[in-house]
Amino acid sequence: MRNLFERLVDPRTLPIVVTLVLFVALFGFGSVMYTGFFSMQVLVGLLIDNAFLLIVAIGMTFVIVSGGIDLSVGSVVALTTILCAVGTERLHWPVWVIVPIVLVLGTLYGAAMGALIHFFKLQPFIVTLAGMFLARGTCFLITTQSITINDPTFHALSGYHFGVGSASLSTGALIAIVTLLIAIFVAHFTRFGRNVYAVGGNERSALLMGLPVARTKVGVYALSGFCSTLGGIVFTLYVLSGYGLQGQGMELDAIAATVIGGTLLTGGVGYVIGSVFGVGILGTIQTLITFDGTLSSWWTRIVIGALLCAFCLLQRFIERHAARRKSSGPGLGKRVSARRTRRPTQPDGTDQAEPLAMEPGR
Amino acid sequence: MRVFKAALQHPLAWPCLTLVLLVLLDLTHNANFLSLSMLDGHLFGAPIDILNRAAPLVLVSLGMTLVIATRGIDISVGAVVAIAGAAAATILADDPHAVGEALIAALTVGVLAGMWNGVLVAFVGMQPIIATLILMVAGRGVAQLLTGGQIIPIGSPGYLFVGGGYLARMPCSVWVAMCGIALTALLMNRTALGLFIRAIGINPVATRLVGLRSGAIVFGVYTFSGLTAAIAGILASSNVRSADGNNAGLLLELDAILAVTLGGTSLLGGRFSLAGTVLGALIIQTLTYTTYSIGVPPEATLVVKAAVVLVVSVVQSATARTVLVRHLRRAFAGVSKRPITEAAK
Repeated sequence: MRNLFERLVDPRTLPIVVTLVLFVALFGFGSVMYTGFFSMQVLVGLLIDNAFLLIVAIGMTFVIVSGGIDLSVGSVVALTTILCAVGTERLHWPVWVIVPIVLVLGTLYGAAMGALIHFFKLQPFIVTLAGMFLARGTCFLITTQSITINDPTFHALSGYHFGVGSASLSTGALIAIVTLLIAIFVAHFTRFGRNVYAVGGNERSALLMGLPVARTKVGVYALSGFCSTLGGIVFTLYVLSGYGLQGQGMELDAIAATVIGGTLLTGGVGYVIGSVFGVGILGTIQTLITFDGTLSSWWTRIVIGALLCAFCLLQRFIERHAARRKSSGPGLGKRVSARRTRRPTQPDGTDQAEPLAMEPGR
Repeated sequence: MRVFKAALQHPLAWPCLTLVLLVLLDLTHNANFLSLSMLDGHLFGAPIDILNRAAPLVLVSLGMTLVIATRGIDISVGAVVAIAGAAAATILADDPHAVGEALIAALTVGVLAGMWNGVLVAFVGMQPIIATLILMVAGRGVAQLLTGGQIIPIGSPGYLFVGGGYLARMPCSVWVAMCGIALTALLMNRTALGLFIRAIGINPVATRLVGLRSGAIVFGVYTFSGLTAAIAGILASSNVRSADGNNAGLLLELDAILAVTLGGTSLLGGRFSLAGTVLGALIIQTLTYTTYSIGVPPEATLVVKAAVVLVVSVVQSATARTVLVRHLRRAFAGVSKRPITEAAK
């Protein structure tokens, strides 16, 4: 029992535990307050309505774990909807030609940004900002209008439903679940995943250990590009149109979901499954506000901002706690030497590599 | 030749050159681009128009310059612009004569928003991009809460004068921006504050060990950024005669960051130039004007901006320069060698 408690307050798992508790609490609050909230269909509806955000947030989790940030995801989603719509409505290409082409383009786009960030040592923030401008501008260069998709295959894919008990899943939700499973596998059971955690924990020591830092960093941004393109395809199926103003502010939602899901912004710590609950919390807030009916839509943004703030404060607290623990030896109770942490050149504090960063799968 | 080379070495040479090139491009398209005319005792013309429209961006960029100089970033300025406009508009909707109260309310809200950011960055120790992201997400919600989700029209003549009126033949907003520039320049160049801010940007730990109260200075810098964003919000809402919680100052933070980088301020902190920032903001506004007047779809400015951001950050990065120079040398070496080998054959 004590062992379980210690695992719960471990700095690596504490944020995700808080997220899980918050998600259950929010959902429980909704079930108590509103009739018809506690049903399988509402839970599945969360997944269906937020499938695209979930896929985008999964890519964002990898980027943030590697210590970077990707601001271009929202505009890549918009560009994907436009490319899908133009491909099917103007060029009359079949779906199975468009989708692979768009996915490859998105991956290359992400990889190009990653290459700029790694080889030119530019800040991820500024490069992906330029990527955001470029993708959004390209959307408007292609068309400034909204293109409705009338292609029967798209409609068939969009209308497909997979029955699970009393509820049914849409194609987008199925894609999201498959992406999630693959992402968890990649993050925790492959070399690439381990490298991402290592690079995020401390890039220099990862390089000294002989890990392929360049390949990992470019790969992470390529993965994020792929995920945002896939999210864009799911979004296209969801709205069945292409428009350049789509997905505005989605990068903020994805970052918020990742942070609320317990990924540390300094890199090296975080779980893909946490982002799922992060997206779940954002979706539940939206559903709650819809169910209530008297609250206006802008409360969503305020509540998300407040949650983001609370989780960032929690992260700071955990970081300080971890730093204190690191420099005062193994014991949690040795608070006497806490004052020494102020001096970073302490002999026992010289090991700057985060010990908790290297063990993602434990 | 040496004078020319020395001039190119000056940090402001590139932004100046860019602006001159843009103006030349406009002149080839429209020969009357630089001509000014007097109408009703006011100056009219394209340059005045650009100055007028650039005023909010210049003000926001001034705050952003100082924030970036301390190795920070403030991505909440667009939201603060919206909140300030909304605060002023709600007060004016109740009483159109309460111009003073409206201005004070807008400025107070901006300063409070800046202080919130400052506390999170300087005292809690959050990463600046995340600390200001919180306000960026929540700020639009707050602005819409104030306006009730509506676009509030502003009809008070006193308030409209601030952003749309004329003073001594020039638009009032230009005077406001000029005052902002002059005051900031005085603070930075005539007091030790500029030195302190640069010191924090170069090495925050050393600055603290030297005995500077770097926390207080960083806090002050974010507060200043909130204040300039609020002034910009007043100008913007007064200029369009309404407050829109959703769209006021949209993507303004990105334009401000772009203006700051264009002006030669390093994103890594420790080096800033107020004159460069002003030039950068003017470049962006002239660029927007040019795309409109040439007839390129206005959305294409986004693509141009993306290219500019990339080029400027590549030029600023020492690593990128060495990589590029090495490749160029190799390419040129290959070109110059080829004729010799061919001659040998």
